[in-house]
Amino acid sequence: MSATQERFSVSGEVSGLGHVMGEGVDLSHGPILYLDDITVSFDGFRALNKLTLTVEAGELRCVIGPNGAGKTTMMDVITGKTRPDQGTAFFGQTIDLTRLTEPQIAHQGIGRKFQKPTVFENHSVFENLELAMKTDKSVWASMRAKLSTEQLDRIADTVALINLHGDADRQAGLLSHGQKQWLEIGMLLMQEPRLLLLDEPVAGMTDEETERTAELFKSLAGERSVVVVEHDMAFIDSIANVVTVLHEGSVLAEGTMDVVQNDERVIEVYLGR
Amino acid sequence: MKPENPLLRYAPRNEPFFTRGGWIALAVFAFVALIVLPALYAFVPEANPLHVSAYTVTLAGKIMCYAIVAMAMNLIWGYTGILSLGHGVFFALGGYAFGMYLMRQIGRDGQYQSDLPDFMVFLDWKNFPWYWTHSDSFLWCVALVILVPALLALVFGFFAFRSRIKGVYFSIITQAMTFAFMLLFFRNDTGFGGNNGFTDFKRVLNYPITAPTTRAAIFGLTALALIGTIFLTRYLIRSKVGRVLTAIRDSESRLMFSGYNPLGYKLFVWTLSAALCGIAGALYVPQVGIINPSEMSPANSIEIAVWVAVGGRGTLIGPLLGAGVVNGAKSYFTQAFPEYWLFFLGLLFILVTLFLPKGIVGAGIVGARSLAKWRRR
Repeated sequence: MSATQERFSVSGEVSGLGHVMGEGVDLSHGPILYLDDITVSFDGFRALNKLTLTVEAGELRCVIGPNGAGKTTMMDVITGKTRPDQGTAFFGQTIDLTRLTEPQIAHQGIGRKFQKPTVFENHSVFENLELAMKTDKSVWASMRAKLSTEQLDRIADTVALINLHGDADRQAGLLSHGQKQWLEIGMLLMQEPRLLLLDEPVAGMTDEETERTAELFKSLAGERSVVVVEHDMAFIDSIANVVTVLHEGSVLAEGTMDVVQNDERVIEVYLGR
Repeated sequence: MKPENPLLRYAPRNEPFFTRGGWIALAVFAFVALIVLPALYAFVPEANPLHVSAYTVTLAGKIMCYAIVAMAMNLIWGYTGILSLGHGVFFALGGYAFGMYLMRQIGRDGQYQSDLPDFMVFLDWKNFPWYWTHSDSFLWCVALVILVPALLALVFGFFAFRSRIKGVYFSIITQAMTFAFMLLFFRNDTGFGGNNGFTDFKRVLNYPITAPTTRAAIFGLTALALIGTIFLTRYLIRSKVGRVLTAIRDSESRLMFSGYNPLGYKLFVWTLSAALCGIAGALYVPQVGIINPSEMSPANSIEIAVWVAVGGRGTLIGPLLGAGVVNGAKSYFTQAFPEYWLFFLGLLFILVTLFLPKGIVGAGIVGARSLAKWRRR
């Protein structure tokens, strides 16, 4: 039996022309995220205007743009919070994001960090990570949930990774702003997402923390795909390969930091010259 | 072998189920409520100074029913952050469900000496309406006590939570729901005795309902139900479900983006809360001897929220204390200055909201901390 035959003999849902749909996200064509012709308007204001954007699997992509360019709305569309008026959003080849709810999308493997660090303030660091951990999240499963040794180890590893060793039993609301940012990133990692969306992840961090965050993100890319929205140019410069510039709801320019920084239009709208 | 994970000690489930003080307090309460009080009431002659009056037992029993309601309210409001201003309807429905059985137990001893309850004879009804079928069965009515409030909550909650109705909007529609049910039950045609409701009960399980031993037994059952509610709440809050519920309260969107669907959790705790209220209502009716639609009045449901706020929402014993303190004050006030009670209640609510946002328990914790600090100095 040839390799091709073997691939087609696996049981799975068949969609369209004999294409075998496996479990999870299908990356067979490369990109992990397709946004095509997305338009979102609020009371006549077009937050996104025919936005088309593709993110490759394993890529670390930075998105910049002035206030109101549509960066957060784009994340809302990808995570199911906002339904586009028009256009398609696909996760891998097969998963139509416009048809899924927020929890379903999270379950498919997209993790999101909010602009303002959002953690469960009354829970301890440990409990925050426990709640975020990838597992069966139904009521019945939670009723009987008991942490296994592997799960405890995973939480311990993450606590170490986000540098909160001494604070695992601390109430998350008592952490500093930068620590909350790290905790939220840690929670995202506990979800084991394929794609991480990070909205201003280094806001409020010290230079040293920012540097460590850059290291972390670079180490994540490859295995996972990462989309970072940031204002901090130095930070973007330190991590980005490809930068996408948004303006008035659509892509203005895309390319390496050098290319983008020297683009006339970008200089005009973004750098304010 | 791998060394033991140092994080194990942070695992929330390693804390004791109750602290030692908690176990002792529970044991004392159980001893007093299950043995001492019923015995002093039922078996010590009235002339003896140790005798406990029927009034005291009824009042204490009533307050324990309210405490169960307060704990149920705390599950949905204190822990999950969803304020219901319609919990009175679940309490009343439980009461009516058990009241149906008590009405059937009157048998032919009513004024009209008919198999039908007096109010049906008065309306010139010849047969029981269909929903009174099997109401002469104790077990069937006990099942209804739980199922009717739970089913109403499930259906109502499903539509409200699925439409993502939150905050004050949810509170208002629950208030509207209890008001609508009150109007429905005020109608004679509804078949639940109109504005008089059910009263003049004679027997329960063929025992005379006003006999001291019967009263003592119902009192004991109420205490057991209250203890059960405490255990259930504690178990739930310590489980992962409890942590998800407080996460819904604190940051629902974070929870959704973490892959949880809040609908199931909200429905679960909302329905459980309603069922607990139904049980409390069923225990309340034989003790006070009456159930009527005024139990569904909007003010009653608001009062439930006040108990929880006064005691301390989101704490295990806060609602218990709140129900006890407010109702203790109520029974004093309504005798001493009946016309000022509602003003006092309103004032209490304002003062607690302004100065004790975490209620009596919150104030107690703050007080204990500053005392400890002061001692260390």
